[in-house]
Amino acid sequence: MSVTLDRAVEAGCDSRPILRERGQREVFCGLTGIVWMHRKIQDAFFLVVGSRTCAHLLQSAAGVMIFAEPRFATAILDERDLAGLADAQEELDRNVTRLLERRPDIKLLFLVGSCPSEVIKLDLNRAAQRLDRRFNGVRVLNYSGSGIETTFTQGEDACLAALVPELAQSDEAQLLVVGALADVVEDQFMRLFGAMGIERLAFLPARRAGGMPVVGQGTRFLLAQPFLAETGRLLEARGAQHLPAPFPLGAEGTTLWLRAAAEAFGVTPERFRSATAAGEARAQQALAAPRAKLTGRSVFFFPDSQLEVPMARFLTRECGMQAIEIGTPYLHRQHLAAEMPLLPPEALISEGQDVEKQLDRCHAARPDLVVCGLGLANPLEAQGITTKWSIELVFTPVQGYDQAADLASLFARPFARRDVLRVPLAERPIRASGQSPSAIGR
Amino acid sequence: MQLTLWTYEGPPHVGAMRIAAAMEGLHYVLHAPQGDTYADLLFTMIERRNSRPPVTYTTFQARDLGGDTAELFKTSLRDAYERFQPEAMLVGASCTAELIQDDPGGLAATSGLPIPIIAVELPAYQKKENWGAAETLYQLIRRFAVKLERAPGSPPRCNILGPTALGFRHRDDIKEVRALLARIGVAVNVMAPLGARPSDLARLGDADFNVVLYPEIAGQAAAWMQRNLGQPQTRCVPIGVGATRDFIAEVAGLAGLDASALLAEETSRLPWYSRSVDSTYLTGKRVFIFGDATHAVAAARVASEELGFQVVGLGTYSREQARDVREAAKAHGLEALISDDYLEVEAAIAAAQPELVLGTQMERHVAKRLGVPCAVISAPVHVQDFPARNSPQMGFEGANVLFDTWVHPLMMGLEEHLIGMFREDFEFHPEAAPSHLGHAATAIPERVPEPAPAELSSVPSLVVELPAQMVWSADGEKELKKIPFFVRGKAKRNTERFAEMNGIRTITVETLYDAKAHFSR
Repeated sequence: MSVTLDRAVEAGCDSRPILRERGQREVFCGLTGIVWMHRKIQDAFFLVVGSRTCAHLLQSAAGVMIFAEPRFATAILDERDLAGLADAQEELDRNVTRLLERRPDIKLLFLVGSCPSEVIKLDLNRAAQRLDRRFNGVRVLNYSGSGIETTFTQGEDACLAALVPELAQSDEAQLLVVGALADVVEDQFMRLFGAMGIERLAFLPARRAGGMPVVGQGTRFLLAQPFLAETGRLLEARGAQHLPAPFPLGAEGTTLWLRAAAEAFGVTPERFRSATAAGEARAQQALAAPRAKLTGRSVFFFPDSQLEVPMARFLTRECGMQAIEIGTPYLHRQHLAAEMPLLPPEALISEGQDVEKQLDRCHAARPDLVVCGLGLANPLEAQGITTKWSIELVFTPVQGYDQAADLASLFARPFARRDVLRVPLAERPIRASGQSPSAIGR
Repeated sequence: MQLTLWTYEGPPHVGAMRIAAAMEGLHYVLHAPQGDTYADLLFTMIERRNSRPPVTYTTFQARDLGGDTAELFKTSLRDAYERFQPEAMLVGASCTAELIQDDPGGLAATSGLPIPIIAVELPAYQKKENWGAAETLYQLIRRFAVKLERAPGSPPRCNILGPTALGFRHRDDIKEVRALLARIGVAVNVMAPLGARPSDLARLGDADFNVVLYPEIAGQAAAWMQRNLGQPQTRCVPIGVGATRDFIAEVAGLAGLDASALLAEETSRLPWYSRSVDSTYLTGKRVFIFGDATHAVAAARVASEELGFQVVGLGTYSREQARDVREAAKAHGLEALISDDYLEVEAAIAAAQPELVLGTQMERHVAKRLGVPCAVISAPVHVQDFPARNSPQMGFEGANVLFDTWVHPLMMGLEEHLIGMFREDFEFHPEAAPSHLGHAATAIPERVPEPAPAELSSVPSLVVELPAQMVWSADGEKELKKIPFFVRGKAKRNTERFAEMNGIRTITVETLYDAKAHFSR
């Protein structure tokens, strides 16, 4: 596995070296995004066209069946589909018909491509267009959440990117907030922008298929999430203008993010301060308690959601932590341009992954806290390393002033837990390749 | 193409992972796209395993597809060997890698690594998890096991076959079975795959017979060992008191020992608990059973013979073992349900109107929706299936566990009668939970959040919905309220169904009692 320490100067003001790695990547594929996207768009259904592995992944990632009947499913390809004995397009029609008959409440259906459907080049775009014509009142779109093309949160990017060409054209001036946020966070932002006098405000995605925003020359957009590369590109292609900003994590991040919009919309500094001062003060006050647990401690990020850079910025600047390594699956230079200069210079930024080498670096560094996926968390805990599993950072409302302390608390809780527990650490010897033989079958 | 909301089994390579993760000194190199590493969390989170499963994934991406994915596989194989230094390796492909046809087995054969490498071909578009586990164990045993002559007169010994990582109560079952074998006087030669090294598999031949605990996983390997190593195998799976006694007799027979003294003194609490008067109310409770074939068939026997339930539905998602389940169903006068379609199972449960569901985590959700108590008897596993306490399904202690886990979701016997007697008393109002389940009765057995109301209402209900033109008369409704609350829902459903069947628009007291007579058993 080749590793290159690229010391070339990057575009922009930040010239830190980036460690790029290619090896085993311990990350989810983009299908996982369905788990939160189907909660966000309340009348959408996500039909994965894939294998039993895809169905099993969704089931496992969804915390084993959160909802008795979810708004996602898998059309599992079998031998007959691969051998061409069954016409895959006809099979899709049959399955979609069965599905929509069962769920008349569905207004938006995504056909979601997977690794196998991409490899056999199943044309889901054609299928979506045909089905869209067939079913009145149901919009049918497609995107790929395959692991060969997407990592975890890139599934949301692909989904939103599929929506962009659908948005109605309007050149009226408006602010568009892009990226799935919890409803409660959206409502807070709506109040803040309202207090600044920005009335024409919309969110992508909307909560219902029928309420998607318009887009055009007058649209200026803020990205609420750092992983929306393709969505941002397509919005720009429709004439919208990106407002570069750090991401709304923490009090500082939220203020800088809000200010980017305020400046673009000509809000006076006084009005901006009066709109945001109370929220910012509240955030700082609430941050005191979790900060006490975090200050002076070191953190090591394994790549997961692309949220690592803004998270590390928040933990180092607002919670007094030291970042040892900030691993991210993909580093979008342009969208992170406002974030990168805020990172501590001594932190190693790594892009991509070779999980074994990264584990070696982690063990050598002995960080106080490791932020990682669920496959690694318990094995690291068993070795006495405190972890925060990263998927929770994606599923929990963490953006904005009133969630800043919640976000810090997510990182503080593992320390708090460690402090209260009076039980010994695992007594069994830990081996790289399995449980101790003496622990089995006795 | 099959529309799937939930799947009972993972893909076959997950079955192979369960074998690899169970064993020591074995490493699995899986040609698989980025994202397939999700399977690690099954082991680290559901089973709370304290180490990563011994699996290396190639995690190829689109950009690799244009290049040389075969080279990527070879590099991963070499790196994994150097890092983990296993005794042997498994190699294979997940569903997507199967399509790109890099032939991991062929590539491994030319790798020049100084250890045995076993290629497992697991057709991902035809087969599933249990088949993958069975095939992997079979390939490993075929590769390593050799026929050994046992010295005449040496004390009897057996192998235990079947327990894996991520198995439903395997961890606890083997403790019971080992204790039973020790009491019968049979030594254990090798247990596989759980805890065995590849080198241990080479010693499998040094045993008189094989104890097969989970035929879904070990059946194929045991059949091969019977043919090639001359080792007979047990057929009885010791789940329930009767089956455990049969198992003891079968093992004693294979070992040439007399187990009558052991059988005479052996006790489980289940028989007495079942005969005690408090259990009278269990008689004829309608129970629907669904799970893997081994657990479903065993549960049907325990339910009918040891708890006095009436089995009103029996089925499995294991098509490979469908024949056993069909036979068992016939014995109960039923047609077995052989399906891995969650929606079909749900419909069958609704139609059978059971009072208790014994199923998997999936049926737990169905039962919750239908308002029927449920106990989990089979994989697919959930974090709750790895309790901190010892909780076997097998052996006499396993029978005790079955009694508790199946009976506790039901209303306690005496309590049921008292509630019937004092149903107008303020403490026994309809919302009162069974006292033994505490205040948060609904929250304890079911920790999963309720679906959002919008979601619930949008689901086509399986419960017969009241047609718009059908109404309850005031007297009918009043009479309905006199029925104890824990059967009121059922009485209401039955009455409405009866009314619909007979075209009755207004449900009166008379309709209610006509329906009662119609449905009475």
